[in-house]
Amino acid sequence: MTFALQFTIDVLSLGGAYALMALGLVIVYGILKLVNFAYGELIMVTGYTLFLMGGSGLPWLVMAAVAVAMAVVTGVLTDYIAFRPVRAKSITAVLITSFAFSTLLQNAALLFISPRPRNVPLPALFSQTVEIAGVITPVRNLVTIAAAVVLLAVFAWAMRRTVLGIAMRAAATNFTMARMLGIPANLIISSAFAISGLLAGVVGILWIGRIGSVVPGIGSEPLLVAFIATVIGGMRSLEGAVLGGFLLALIDTSLNYLLSQELLKFRDAFTFGLVILILLWRPEGLLKGPATGQRT
Amino acid sequence: MTGPSDKGASLRVVDVAVEFSGLRALDGVSLTLSPGEIVGLIGPNGSGKTTLINAITGQVPLAGGQVVLGDRPLSGLAPRDIALLGLSRSFQIVRLFNNMTVIENVEAGALAHGHGLRKARAKAEALLDEFGLSARADDLGGNLSYGDKRRVEIARALASDPAFLMLDEPAAGMNEAETETLLHKLSALPASRGLGLLIIDHDMGLIMRLCDRLHVLAFGRTIAEGKAADIRKDPAVIQAYLGSEAGIGAAHA
Repeated sequence: MTFALQFTIDVLSLGGAYALMALGLVIVYGILKLVNFAYGELIMVTGYTLFLMGGSGLPWLVMAAVAVAMAVVTGVLTDYIAFRPVRAKSITAVLITSFAFSTLLQNAALLFISPRPRNVPLPALFSQTVEIAGVITPVRNLVTIAAAVVLLAVFAWAMRRTVLGIAMRAAATNFTMARMLGIPANLIISSAFAISGLLAGVVGILWIGRIGSVVPGIGSEPLLVAFIATVIGGMRSLEGAVLGGFLLALIDTSLNYLLSQELLKFRDAFTFGLVILILLWRPEGLLKGPATGQRT
Repeated sequence: MTGPSDKGASLRVVDVAVEFSGLRALDGVSLTLSPGEIVGLIGPNGSGKTTLINAITGQVPLAGGQVVLGDRPLSGLAPRDIALLGLSRSFQIVRLFNNMTVIENVEAGALAHGHGLRKARAKAEALLDEFGLSARADDLGGNLSYGDKRRVEIARALASDPAFLMLDEPAAGMNEAETETLLHKLSALPASRGLGLLIIDHDMGLIMRLCDRLHVLAFGRTIAEGKAADIRKDPAVIQAYLGSEAGIGAAHA
């Protein structure tokens, strides 16, 4: 029983983080049918903003809010710098510009800050543990679960019951038709990047909260996780991304418990092996969105 | 650009030409559509009917001529801006938002024109009621029958309160009864909403009964225009459809 609870908390907290990461990636992909390879750097920006504000003496929540806001700004900048100028011209060009923007941000961090890890200010809460029904678990895991539940619920509600949400879903289903009805394309795309930045910012704080420090390459793992989660969940649907995130966390956590010490360092190989099996079984991902995969 | 269209203004297509890599798809076509009237656009397959609607709504560039709303040239405007000026259309191949519910599809049409959520929902409910779709309001667009999809598409096009509505084969895929119901709905639109309606359809019976005027295209050129009864007897039209002397009433091309 204790083990079951421990396992559930582990899966839900890791899965919550993965699901938010995946959602942030797929919200842009859904509309543009393009992967934003500079997505991981939104998490990096969040981390360095926290680091830079470390000595400011501001309340931590204010620092966290500024860090998330910086991720939102960087998300929108990604659209203006890497996507908008070449979006209509060529998919290849956008792939390259988004890689370039990612590299640029990483190198800026290398050059102006440091290649070595930098500690970020975190509230004491993040290092505390709590005992629930005999299970000792870090409080940050519970914070992650709570943040994921709240954000996913707000997100689900907003996509159904706000003007922007309905317009974004219309644009994700058939972008051409949405524009033809009069939905403003550029505004929708910038909003998608802003939401992507918001999710990356929140998940960045939770993610960095686990590690305690930030390095220039911190975004690569979240990008990979988000990408795999969306692929197994189904690139075309937001629900798929969330499902994929939790499934990936289930796989990772199960392997953590099942594999012996020597095998544990090959955990990713086992994870990706399972991912391949899932894709052989459902090549389009678990949830098939009815939208076409073509750029419209 | 988002200003309301001049109500009462006519939509004029003046000497429009469209080219696809050297091929003239439309050549010197002129057409006027006034609020309150129904004009049928007919012609054999490949005669340029859909291209003409695409030219009006800004989906294909003009190689010559212009499209004017009131005294405002539309040529060169983006499809979105043309839509916001009050020109709405449906498609030959239905383009619903398949993973959104029926009511959300119609709502999206109203929201795109700047209506608030509450107003958009009220509008959508009224339109679904009008088109007999209320029972399907919460079904996903992709799960509807073909005929229902067409009706949702028309309702969505109407949600923006267009001054002009262009329907590309609205009755395709509908059975006799559905077509009959649609005909009644469409024939009431110009009077109830003060809009001008341009309809492409191959169902001559429907077109003849519905339209005040007909405009006939063949090979991208206007070969006849005028009252439905006169068009029916026009030898050029009969020849375009059948290449013979047979009556056009039998021509369900």
